[in-house]
Amino acid sequence: MNDKSKSIVGLVIFLALVIFPVLYNFAVGGAGPRPELELPEGESRCVEDKDFMTAHHMDLLLEWRDAVVRQGKKNYTSQAFGEIYEMSLTGTCMNCHTKRETFCTRCHDYADVDNDCWGCHVEPEGQ
Amino acid sequence: MDESRRDFLKKFGFALLSVGGGFPLLRTIASASEKELRTGAAVSTQWGMVIDIQKCLSEQVRRACIEACNREHNVPEIPDPEEEVKWIWSETYEDAFPEGIHPYTADYLKGKPVLVLCNHCTNPPCVKVCPTQATWKREEDGIVMMDMHRCIGCRYCIAGCPYGARSFNWRDPRPYIKGDLTPFPTRAKGVVEKCNFCAERLRKGQEPACVAAVKNIPGMEGALTFGDLYDPNSEVSRVLRENHTICRKVSLGTGPNVFYIV
Amino acid sequence: MLEQAFQGTKRYWTLVGFWVLVIVAGTAAFSHQLIKGLTVTGMSRDVAWGLYISQFTFLVGVAASAVMVVLPYYLHNYKKFGRMVILGEFLAVSAVVMCALFIFVDLGQPRRVLNVLLYPTLNSVMFWDSVVLMGYLVLNLVIGFVTFDAERKGAPPSTWIKPLIYLSIPWAISIHTVTAFLYSGLAARPFWMTAILAPRFLASAFASGPSLLIILALILRKYTRFDPGKEAIQKLGTIVAYAMVVNLFFVLVELFTALYSDLPHHMHHFEYLFMGLHGKSTLAPWMWVSGLLTVAAVVLLVIPKVRKQENLLAIICLAVIVSIWIEKGMGLIVTGFIPSPLGGITEYTPTGPEITITIGVYGIGFLILTLLYKIVVSVREKTEQIR
Repeated sequence: MNDKSKSIVGLVIFLALVIFPVLYNFAVGGAGPRPELELPEGESRCVEDKDFMTAHHMDLLLEWRDAVVRQGKKNYTSQAFGEIYEMSLTGTCMNCHTKRETFCTRCHDYADVDNDCWGCHVEPEGQ
Repeated sequence: MDESRRDFLKKFGFALLSVGGGFPLLRTIASASEKELRTGAAVSTQWGMVIDIQKCLSEQVRRACIEACNREHNVPEIPDPEEEVKWIWSETYEDAFPEGIHPYTADYLKGKPVLVLCNHCTNPPCVKVCPTQATWKREEDGIVMMDMHRCIGCRYCIAGCPYGARSFNWRDPRPYIKGDLTPFPTRAKGVVEKCNFCAERLRKGQEPACVAAVKNIPGMEGALTFGDLYDPNSEVSRVLRENHTICRKVSLGTGPNVFYIV
Repeated sequence: MLEQAFQGTKRYWTLVGFWVLVIVAGTAAFSHQLIKGLTVTGMSRDVAWGLYISQFTFLVGVAASAVMVVLPYYLHNYKKFGRMVILGEFLAVSAVVMCALFIFVDLGQPRRVLNVLLYPTLNSVMFWDSVVLMGYLVLNLVIGFVTFDAERKGAPPSTWIKPLIYLSIPWAISIHTVTAFLYSGLAARPFWMTAILAPRFLASAFASGPSLLIILALILRKYTRFDPGKEAIQKLGTIVAYAMVVNLFFVLVELFTALYSDLPHHMHHFEYLFMGLHGKSTLAPWMWVSGLLTVAAVVLLVIPKVRKQENLLAIICLAVIVSIWIEKGMGLIVTGFIPSPLGGITEYTPTGPEITITIGVYGIGFLILTLLYKIVVSVREKTEQIR
């Protein structure tokens, strides 16, 4: 079998497709501007420190979910601040972060990460 | 079966287990029988309910229960009976107790509506079949729970439940929820749901919504009694001691924890 | 070897193109189902499983039946199956792929399918079924390609493949046994809760699978220069005859126990299946067709003179497939739900989207089968020319 030229053409097309997104971002000058998130007024911190929340909020939510649904637990003790919170997305998180459009959705749209929490979880009244 | 024979069988089972070198199916069987031994010690609470059939002959009582539950849990009201979602509802006495009827069944029961719901069985067949542990029996309080995040929608639990207590979300339920949404999460299409004995209310120290609803109806106290079956001083234990009660399909060995005063 | 799938006659490409079209239609219907939910199917609160799970059950049988060529060839050294055995193994591969897809399209939340492996649940038969099916797929792929590649090179296969081949024999039995346990372990469904279910599944599998193999072999002989062998086909015919007789016997055993004992909750299902209940009898005519085909097939199969005529054999095989497809598919699965545990009688009819998705899954299976058989045929045609 001697399809060397065909193989090379194929490889070039493959590579071009693979590095296209990287090249594209270089061409348009990096990623778009970071979104402005509206933080709750009158609050200085979340249940854990900001870096942890930015990076691991989903892990925390999953942990809360399992603790509440599967173990029947109610409260969470903050590892950073030692304070006790009720584990509840709509009760605790959304008590401060009242507008998901300007917080959750804005960042998730930017990162292009789907979140389907709101298909089921009901946002508190008056939002 | 006498004690020593049962003991022998159990030992024999463990011997088989060691021979099998950890054949996993045997291990689960063994751990199940181990759990049986611990019953009462590890499980501190077993929530249970007594339903007084005669008091629940009142349409008002049944409607109050069903509406309170539907509202509490955002249960949709889908008109097509083939796609209905039901947590607590009415069935005729014959359909609820197919083993409890004969041609001379009393008039006050024949064809009469009976409230039915998940029995939160002691030995739930739905839990046994679930391939992802999306439904399981909670050790702390004996509630047969559903994890809507984990359910893959295979409907094996529906096939396994002898009481028809489980509903599948054939479509997106949100458009069919009457009135404003309450805080309890609605469900996504494609998952199974059922009565959860109001685990979310029990967590806050409140009674289940259906039980609370009938309390407000004059003269209907005791239509539904709810409480801890392992606590001999609880109201539900007292009612069970003082009345003759029956369960649905006891011969299947599922151990229902919802009882009926005929 | 694999490159053979990419070169072929116009007829080959037309066939491939046809399957692709079928798959496209199925995919479109599936995306409709993804958006709307399983409401687009005919399934309901009472009848929770329908066409998809029926096809799954039927195809596990087709997959398991590969053992009917593997066992005589490898355990009894029956050389006449030399050209047939690879066809059986590759048919099993395509059937298992279809099984997995039918489970997948039946899920309410198909995106979460991996939860079965993320949270392995030893007490769930469904977990075990997915394990044995995946294992069987791998076994047949590996055994098929390794032995076929060795044969192509004219050398004996590596010795390490032998234990795998022996393993694949009980493994084939296991996939259909575990699939029967999915149903027969449910106290809530008296129609399924019978110890004969697994033996019945195996008997009907060993009738329907080899029947399909006979038809495929005859098609290959007609349209290619590859001939799986007249004697091999005849031997398969004998296997079908025995399996079909045993299958009929098991069905009658089941019917006797249910009807003579006269237990109402067991009887109702059979009444519905053959007569209908409360004026609802959609399945009954199908079951009578299935019953008549079964009896006709058994009578014709046990007469060697009839069985030996290949044209007649092909027709009988078709009858066997249709009768078992009805009985073990729709008949068995749907009737388990009718009447419901609450005494309700809700009938089931598959919908257009449901049927399109089903055909689409078959399209994927037959595309895989076409590609695999093309490789076999091309390689065989070449090696036979050289010799």
